[in-house]
This record gives sequence, C-alpha cells and structure tokens, in this order.
Amino acid sequence: MPDLATALSGIAVSPGTGAGPVFCLAPPPALPAQDGPVDDLTAEASRAVAALEQVAADLERRAATATSTAADVLQAQALMARDPVLAESVAGRVLEGAGAPWAVDAALREQQAVFTDLGGYLGERAADLDDIRARAVAVLLGLAMPGVPSPGVPFVLVADDLAPADTAQLDRSQVRALVTARGGPTSHTAILARALGIPAVVCCRGILDLADGTSVLVDGTTGQVRQIREDEVAGAQAEADAARLAQAAVAGPGRTADGHPVKLLRNVGSVEDLAGTAGDESFEGVGLFRSEFLYLGRTSAPSAQEQEAAYVEMFEAMGGAKIVLRTLDAGADKPLPFLDMEAEDNPALGVRGLRVARRRPEVLADQLGAVARAAERTGADVWVMAPMVSTVEEAAAFAEQVHALGLPRAGVMVEVPAAALQAARILEVVDFLSIGTNDLSQYTLATDRMNGELADLLDPWQPALLQLLAMCAAAGREAGKSVSICGEAAADPLLAPVLVGMGITSLSMSAASLPAVRAAMATRTLESCENLARLALAARDATSARAAVAERSA
Amino acid sequence: MARREATIGSRVGLHARPAAIFVQASAAAGVPVKVGKPDGKLVDARSMLGVLALGARNGDTVVLEAEGDGAEAALDSLVALLQQDHDEPAAADA
Repeated sequence: MPDLATALSGIAVSPGTGAGPVFCLAPPPALPAQDGPVDDLTAEASRAVAALEQVAADLERRAATATSTAADVLQAQALMARDPVLAESVAGRVLEGAGAPWAVDAALREQQAVFTDLGGYLGERAADLDDIRARAVAVLLGLAMPGVPSPGVPFVLVADDLAPADTAQLDRSQVRALVTARGGPTSHTAILARALGIPAVVCCRGILDLADGTSVLVDGTTGQVRQIREDEVAGAQAEADAARLAQAAVAGPGRTADGHPVKLLRNVGSVEDLAGTAGDESFEGVGLFRSEFLYLGRTSAPSAQEQEAAYVEMFEAMGGAKIVLRTLDAGADKPLPFLDMEAEDNPALGVRGLRVARRRPEVLADQLGAVARAAERTGADVWVMAPMVSTVEEAAAFAEQVHALGLPRAGVMVEVPAAALQAARILEVVDFLSIGTNDLSQYTLATDRMNGELADLLDPWQPALLQLLAMCAAAGREAGKSVSICGEAAADPLLAPVLVGMGITSLSMSAASLPAVRAAMATRTLESCENLARLALAARDATSARAAVAERSA
Repeated sequence: MARREATIGSRVGLHARPAAIFVQASAAAGVPVKVGKPDGKLVDARSMLGVLALGARNGDTVVLEAEGDGAEAALDSLVALLQQDHDEPAAADA
C-alpha cells in the first residue's frame, strides 16, 4: 500500500508510467519593483512591440521544427503574440507613461483575465497568454526565456500549467512523465503528451509542493503520483519500459489470456485512416466509420453516384474485414450547410443524429441506398448503425429500412440513457448495439463534453455510466447479439477488461490506443475480467472504482 | 459596406487551428475586416485574441463586415473558409 501522505492524484490524461526526480519549470521573470521614468516614449513603445514580435518569431521557429499537432498550437500562439490589437494596447500604455515591461505585463494580464472569465476552452488558453507575457517580459529585461529545465538526467517535468512552447520540443528521452497542478483534459499538456506518448497527469493538487529532485512514480493511466525512494527509480522505470515493449510485442486478433475473442476495432473517418492495415494480422476491422466526411463543407447533398463511389473505395480497402458504418451524424450541434438546420437553444438535446431523418428522410434514404449498392458491389461485411436513437420505435423503423435494402446487419448507437435502459427491447428489433460512451456520459451526468471544469463528472468510471454499460452488455448476452463500445472508455487499458467482463463483445478506438488495450486483454482470463467488472460495479464513486480495479490488476 | 453571415463549420468552433487560419486569411484580405456575433460588438478580424474571445462554437452564426475595393470578394472567401471544417479528426467522438 502506498503511504497516503506521499501519494497525490490528478486527472490521468496520457497513459503509461514514468519514474524519476521532479524538476519544476523555470519560474517566470519577476518585474522590478520600480517603474522608472521613460525618456523617449515612442522608442519605448517600439521596443515593447518589438519584444512581442520577437516572441512571435521564436514561437514560429519552434513551430517549424515541431510535430504537426504541436506546430498548429504554436502557430496559434504566435498569432496571439503578434495580435495588432494587443500591440496597440501595449503601445498605448507606454505612451501613457508605463515602461515597456510593465506595459506588456499589464496588457497581457488584462487579456488573460478576459479569457479566464470566459472559462472553458478559453480559460485553458489563458496559459498561452501567461507564457507570452513571461517571454516578452524576459526579453525586455534582458533575462533568459523561462522554460523547461535540463537537469542532465531523465526527469519528471512539473509545472503549474504548461504552455505549448514548453511542451512542443520536449525531449522524449529526457522527460519520463508530465505532471501539472492545473489544466484539464483538453489542455495542451494533455493533447501534446498523448501525441508524444509521454505519460501525463493534470490537475494534480500539491505537486508544486514537492522539492526539485524528489523521486516520484507517475501513473498516467490512473492519475496517481507517488513519492518513491531514489533507489527505486531505476527499477520502476525499467518496469515501465518493459511494459511498453511488451505491449508493442502483443499482436494478432484481440483475445483474453484464455482465448476468449474480443474484437479490437478502429474508429476511422476516411479511407486514409486505413493506410497500413493491408496484411496487418492485428487488423480486425472498423468499429466506427464516421460517414460525415462526404458531407462536410457542402451546400448541397452529394449525389447518389458520388456517395456510392466513396463507399466502394472504403469497402474495398477493408480487405474483407468487418466495417460498422454510422449514418450521418449531424444536427444543430454539428451543422452541415446543406441540411439548413435552424439554430436551437439547446442543440445537444435537439434535432441531431437519426432525428434529422424526421425532417429530411431523403438524406438518410439516399445514404442507405448508396451504402447498400456499394456493399453489394464489393461483397464487404458492412454493418450499419444510426446515431442518437432514443426509443424502440426509432430503432425498429431504422432496422426495417436497412434490412429492406438487403443489408443484413442493422444496429443503433447507445448514446442516450433512454436507449441504454431499453437495451433489451431494442435488441429485439436490431442486430447489434454500439455504445458511444462520450455522449452517453454527457447525457447521463448532464454535463457538456466541452466543459473542462466539470471533467470529473465525465469520467468513464462514474458508477451511473458503468451501470448503464453493464445493462447493455447483459441484454446483449441474453439476446446473443454483439454489443460494442466505440467511445473513449474503450481505449482505457484498465477499463477495457472491466467492459469485457460485463459482456461487451468488441471495443473500437483510434489506432494509437490499440496496442495497450490488446496487451491488457492478453494478460487476463475472461473470469478475471468478470471479477474486475464486479469490483468496478460495486464501487460507489469513480475514483474508488478505478483504484479497486487498478489494485487487483497490478 | 459589405456584410455577410457565416455558420462556423469547424467542430471545435472558431478556436485554435480554425481561428489561426481565419485570422491569417483576414490579414491577407487586402481590406480591413471586422467580425463578431450578430448581437455583439465587432472586432478586428486580424486579431487572434479578439476572434478567440468571440467564443464562436460550431454552428454559431458570425457577422463579417468590410469596406473598400474588393470587400465583397474578400468576404465571400472568408465566409467559405469559416464554413469549412478545419479540425483534425477527433480521436474519439462517439
């Protein structure tokens, strides 16, 4: 048992573990106490604006050598530093008598307060402005730019929050894990850590209290950060490295240690996402094909012929493997110009997904017609499902429409609690269910997916969500029909065995998440998965569910 | 004065990459362009901070205004840009 006094916890955002001494991001420069008199106001204003431009140019230089995700983020930040309205505000402050560093500091703090007040996504961008401010002030004071420490040994990087400029050029061989005191699941730290494959925990209170050099073990799968002895670091890191290698070595179709098959499928959006799957013995098919790509940016619906050709191309690329196609998922919250949907006060609860067919039945009919013809031409194993189904009638009508076209497999997505509660009855009229856990959490916990402030409510380990998943899985077992999961929950290597233990038959996720889940399945028997499912379902909150499963899985 | 309305096509809204693309295109438009919510104050479309602070989400309508030679054509191309989806494919959006 870890000593509770030395264990911290936050939100796990990038899986895997890493061990090493913590080092905190170099602190931002402090402004001198006195704002001295300025002789040449115009020259001082130019100096202030030039410092912002230097910061922008530096960010762009970093963008040029960064990975594509990081480059986008840095480019956006460079545009903030080069903002003409910001430059005016800074220059205006200098002309009113402030020295350049103070003018920059004040203008950016003001903007930061605006973003923080707006909250959500913009609240998280406040860290970008903080970073621009610190860099520009350092330039003006002739100090080194604040940034990532280089202690000369592999380490765990700790920060209040990380800005894109800090994370973009992290050296994977030196940084074993990231831990921040603030930030949410959509912060840069989270996005970039996942892109770089560095284990990360955000929103970890107390992490800044650790002195530089303190050894910790960071678990980016559970969110735990545990203090360890210095002589334990090498062993813990060797274990983490071995686990990563072992994951990469597990290949072939998904199955438990005792050979129970669990299909591990991919979420894809276009034929490009299938690159490299031909001949890959681990490729078992696609569990979620988002068909929106054909419709994006269109002012009129694609022709039947164009749709059919696109599906033929997609189905041929499958090489005989199963593909589950989700029909057009659009609505007031994901508008497509050609649908001409009017704005709604509450789009997440409005006309979206299958509900669009109430108004525009021809759009769904055309799509299903094209899918059926493409399936017939290619002989592909095509399953079709509708998004945003809430009732048995909706499911029955959809299945009837699909079957009438000669497509043998019709299913529905379970994203609405009503559908989960009716799973057994829905399975009487459809061939399979696929659970979209992200939307199902949003609707079950009444929490907007974009709201970082309420991220804990969207935790896939929430008991209410687990119960609904178990209900769907049990209904599937009873009916002898497939029930899969294609939301983020499926990609959590700790949760995946729990889902399989409930009776879930396949898991679908992005390609990057597959190795860890494949390895997690391969080390457990079906019986141990069932035990883990019982443990998780018995827990009264998300944290203890995860902790109980993690302890038993270790 | 040329004026247009556009519906934000990017799934994350007018944020990050979509905002960067829009701000750069506005700076290159050749005429001063303003953008805002239909009921709110318009901001300089070259201002990344101003554009981000609009908080325009996927499906929201924004208003564009410009004056001068080429204003009509500049706005047409900016509207087309706003209505496209510039996001990276989401990791899991089910």
